Amino acid sequence: MSATLAARPAVSPARPAAPVVQLASHTALLTGRSVRTLMRQPAYLAISLVQPVIWLLLFGQLFKSVVQIPGFSSGAGDYLEFLTPGVVVMTALFSSGWAGTVYIEDMSIGVMDRLLASPVRRGAMMLASLTYQAITTVIQTLIVFAIAYAAGARFAGGAVGIVVTVVCAVLISTIIASFSNAIALLVRQQEALIGISQFIVLPLQFLSAAIMDTHLAPAWVRHVARYNPVDWAVTASRQALSADTSWGAVWPRLGWLVLLAAVLGWLATRAFRSYQRSA
Amino acid sequence: MSRPPTAALSARDLVKTYPAGQSRRGAEPVCALDGLSIEAEPGSVLALLGPNGAGKSTTVKILTTLSRPDSGSAVVGGVDVLRSPGAARRVIGLVSQKSSADPMGTGLENLVLAARIQGLSRTDARARADQLLDRFGLTSAAGRLTKTYSGGMARKLDVAIGLVHRPQVLFLDEPTTGLDPEARSQLWAEIAHLAADEQMTVLLTTHYLDEADQLADRLVIVDGGRVVVEGTPEQLKNELRGDAVNVELDPAAPADVAVRVLAGVGGLQEVAADGTRLRARADSGARAVPAVLAALDAAGVAVASVTVARPSLDDVYLRHAGRAYAATTSAGTEVAA
Repeated sequence: MSATLAARPAVSPARPAAPVVQLASHTALLTGRSVRTLMRQPAYLAISLVQPVIWLLLFGQLFKSVVQIPGFSSGAGDYLEFLTPGVVVMTALFSSGWAGTVYIEDMSIGVMDRLLASPVRRGAMMLASLTYQAITTVIQTLIVFAIAYAAGARFAGGAVGIVVTVVCAVLISTIIASFSNAIALLVRQQEALIGISQFIVLPLQFLSAAIMDTHLAPAWVRHVARYNPVDWAVTASRQALSADTSWGAVWPRLGWLVLLAAVLGWLATRAFRSYQRSA
Repeated sequence: MSRPPTAALSARDLVKTYPAGQSRRGAEPVCALDGLSIEAEPGSVLALLGPNGAGKSTTVKILTTLSRPDSGSAVVGGVDVLRSPGAARRVIGLVSQKSSADPMGTGLENLVLAARIQGLSRTDARARADQLLDRFGLTSAAGRLTKTYSGGMARKLDVAIGLVHRPQVLFLDEPTTGLDPEARSQLWAEIAHLAADEQMTVLLTTHYLDEADQLADRLVIVDGGRVVVEGTPEQLKNELRGDAVNVELDPAAPADVAVRVLAGVGGLQEVAADGTRLRARADSGARAVPAVLAALDAAGVAVASVTVARPSLDDVYLRHAGRAYAATTSAGTEVAA
């Protein structure tokens, strides 16, 4: 222990709890703040819930007949059943791309500085943002399933398939929100963040099996899709929801998603250092 | 067990340079701090005074762990800020220049959240929040979203948030900038109480001289990232020899002639002109006035008024950070003697 610690006053205002307890409690407090903010913006809340439904119905109508193309892998199923996991993942992708805008708003007022000068752990600030994104993703996913069911889609994979789809959506949300938060901390500017985020999100969406069977796409798209986390999430979800799930295609993709989410979450937390270094 | 009281806050030889091109492309590296050292006794109010860009905010950022210096050391509440930032964050409170309340939360929610983050239990946090709302006269606004608060209310809430965990050292970064005079004097009264009641060390940055004069036990004038002078407000005022003599000339009178005339009057120093206003310094203002009037009269320069004043912090500031101050007030100042 260094000599400076000996000079610490005997009475400190609040005894710090164990790191893990503190991390959990700070995460819960900050997540609560975000949820409360969302509930106070009913128009925004409504739009974020309705948007995936519109995509589902719009794409569902637009591409209704692609299942009839010879070689389309959905088999005898309806396009709506094919599309549902695609729209779920796409929704998680698009909403999480905006995650970093909350950080930038906090930076533009003094909230970010106050939090960084307080005992809040940087990990908790990151986890709170990711948890908040995960909560909205779960709700959006369940709404998409409800609408798809109402529109006549049936999923042979049942509850297990739905759980796997929710997990995949949450993992994509964590990956993209981590990326968005890291960019926010690095560029610190709303326009730049949105530009970069859009530049990444749209190609991820279209270079995947989200709305189209990649077997019918050019070979290069199939190759790129193999390294695209959005494609992993869509493929794993679709497999889990199908009648004869090939779990050998689900587990490795889930594993890669977990790994990527963990790495990006960690890197994004490290981005706080860069934010502070240049402060 | 008596130890010499350690400084509640001290910074030694802080140097901070922002790399070129961070803000503007092709810009020179900006030296924000150039070996700045400050120290504050426990329970005192130290004011950092200086023009924009002097290094005040950078100093606050380093002392509150928001930024790291290139070199130097910093201690707050006995904790080494650079080595143990986590421990330092538990003993400090920060009221930054920008409002630090969540606009989508109520005043009460903001205070409770801040208190919970600092480790207070739910009930303690609520009790402390109520106490602070009461103290700052915000109880009736406690349930309103802070985005509906007036500037003065929002600033009071910011200070309350900074105090929620009874920090040993409170940083107030330009706390009254942008407030109307009434809200300003209210906040001053609160800050003055705080330092006395809560035995708290306060570092205040400001570019208002009256604010520093009113609140600070000690004053540090910074410019160009260095301390130019420091002392109690009284010491600094006494350091200026004698009184200020201000002469307002008749608008038609030739100022350049007047400056030459005054420079020749015995006992007058530092004669300067700003338009038709001349200022000078005299060991005894009362004795200088007749001589000034006689000399100007003999030279045929018409005088509108003459006043004598004891030195104010304005004079201290003008003398030590005069470069920046003069540049913003009068471009065409002539200086003689």
